[in-house]
Amino acid sequence: MSAPAPSTGGGSAPVVELRDGAVAIGGRPILRHVDLTVRRGEFLTLLGPNGSGKSTLVRALTGLRPLTQGSLSLFGTPIESFREHHRLGFVPQRASAASGVPASVAEVVASGRLTRRRLLRPAGKADRAAVASALAMVGLADRARDSVATLSGGQQQRVLIARALAGEPELFFLDEPTAGVDLPNQQALADALGALSTTGSTVVLVTHELGPLAPLVDRTVVLRDGRVVYDGAPLQLDDAHGHHHPDPRRTDHHPGVAAPLDRTGEDVDW
Amino acid sequence: MIDLLGYTFMQRALIAALVTGVAAPVIGTYLVQRRLALLGDGLGHVAVTGVALGLLTGFAPTWTAVVVAILGAIAIEVIRERGSTSGDLALALLFYGGLAGGVLITGLAGQSAAKLQQYLFGSITAISVSDVWFTIGLAALILLLGVGLLPQLFTVAQDQDFARVAGLDVRAYNLLVAVLAAVTVTIAMRTVGLLLVSALMIVPVAASQQLARSFRATLVGAVVVGAGAGVGGLLLAGWISVRHDVSVAPGPTIVLLALACFVATWPIGAWLRHRARLRQPFPEGAVAPLEAADHDDHDHGPACGHLAVPHDDHVDYVHDGHRHARHGQHYDEH
Repeated sequence: MSAPAPSTGGGSAPVVELRDGAVAIGGRPILRHVDLTVRRGEFLTLLGPNGSGKSTLVRALTGLRPLTQGSLSLFGTPIESFREHHRLGFVPQRASAASGVPASVAEVVASGRLTRRRLLRPAGKADRAAVASALAMVGLADRARDSVATLSGGQQQRVLIARALAGEPELFFLDEPTAGVDLPNQQALADALGALSTTGSTVVLVTHELGPLAPLVDRTVVLRDGRVVYDGAPLQLDDAHGHHHPDPRRTDHHPGVAAPLDRTGEDVDW
Repeated sequence: MIDLLGYTFMQRALIAALVTGVAAPVIGTYLVQRRLALLGDGLGHVAVTGVALGLLTGFAPTWTAVVVAILGAIAIEVIRERGSTSGDLALALLFYGGLAGGVLITGLAGQSAAKLQQYLFGSITAISVSDVWFTIGLAALILLLGVGLLPQLFTVAQDQDFARVAGLDVRAYNLLVAVLAAVTVTIAMRTVGLLLVSALMIVPVAASQQLARSFRATLVGAVVVGAGAGVGGLLLAGWISVRHDVSVAPGPTIVLLALACFVATWPIGAWLRHRARLRQPFPEGAVAPLEAADHDDHDHGPACGHLAVPHDDHVDYVHDGHRHARHGQHYDEH
């Protein structure tokens, strides 16, 4: 599963191309001079301490955060004119898939099909099949009719991944899908992402703890204070967070252990 | 009761109550999903100013109320989106501004409080034919957009970031819900009155979601409760009024009937949730099992009456704070 993937690319245009990207939130610079090129089929992880800009970078790559400087293209199209939303799959950083009204697992996953559905048309056979296969991929086929709120945190994360899978995208962005997820659920996530990766999909994963995902990774980018400080072969997590980039100010940061208040890190302007 | 249905004013009122009861919970479901249950109330208060403006200028108060409520809805959305004020504070500002403005302007127009009261507490039995058509038209619009755009509106309310990456115009859909809420407020104004308008949007949803497991089921259930409460409340109010020669207002009766539905479904919902929690499978894996002491007096089985909870590939039976699983000839504590 960790086979080097670029062979599928074969000189095609990069899937993600960020040149000299900068992002400011509320006028305060967060990311500066970030260059990042992701090729088709790569499985890339973004590592770095809390507040280093990992989530901000993913939000910039998906178009959620405008760049204050630099240029970004997805599949060779500048982000400003990018309209092929069905090629993107996004798993936002969320603790829960539930909202104020009960929603079934199948309904949440079906919203991932919207990128491929036309307005005011009912869901077709292909839509239902995609929802079913996305649920099967994350191992929740038997829970499709249950209310999402009755699932455990890890299962809800799997629902959010199935939602992204349902749109059958080529490029996945996952923002901390394993945060607060127990080991069996992490394994289920890793299996789903592994299957995805072998089909030639490109994956960009933000994470604190690789855990069972580690064997899938074929490239690691480490951010620190909004700058890329490492880009290359996979690292041991200790390297990314400890040896290479010691952070004496933030001693609460260990892989797998984070203070709950730190979780909001990326969007707080300090 | 049959006599009551013979009156044309009663027939008009029944149509209006049914249509309002069907349309209001559709938008209410989206508001509850976005945790904006009180938005309808805020818009109702803003609409009071709209009604007063109608009384002052001589335009039909229904139309001025629609316009002012829509403007209020857009204002709330803009304030919320800018994030400069929290959502509930923005609502509170509109609440008080709308109500105070309405009462003030009604006074300026030289109208008595009784005129305004028609709109505050509803006057469904005084509804005109053109008002019925107006209500039907707007309700049809709400149903068309609220049901037709269900996948989009559901996704936007569920997860804005995801919706944005999926290419949905989140701002437009948010505005649409706010504007439709404003429209709902003005059509429900004649039925239950501006002060109770939000109840017809929210209470049916609260009742329905006690039993529903999916969004669609919640929406359908809320529409059924809303329509039932609308028609039932109107008939009940009419029947009591005739029978006992008192004047029972239909608006509050409709709202209380919807609340009664919630009171009836809540214990069932609470029990179902409790039951589901108990039956949730135990986490995978276990510490080394211990042999359970003195367990020779009882044999667990599907019909033994003890709670059976799935655990990995077997079933744990729960009794007296223990989790017992069969292991050969004896039981283990898991």
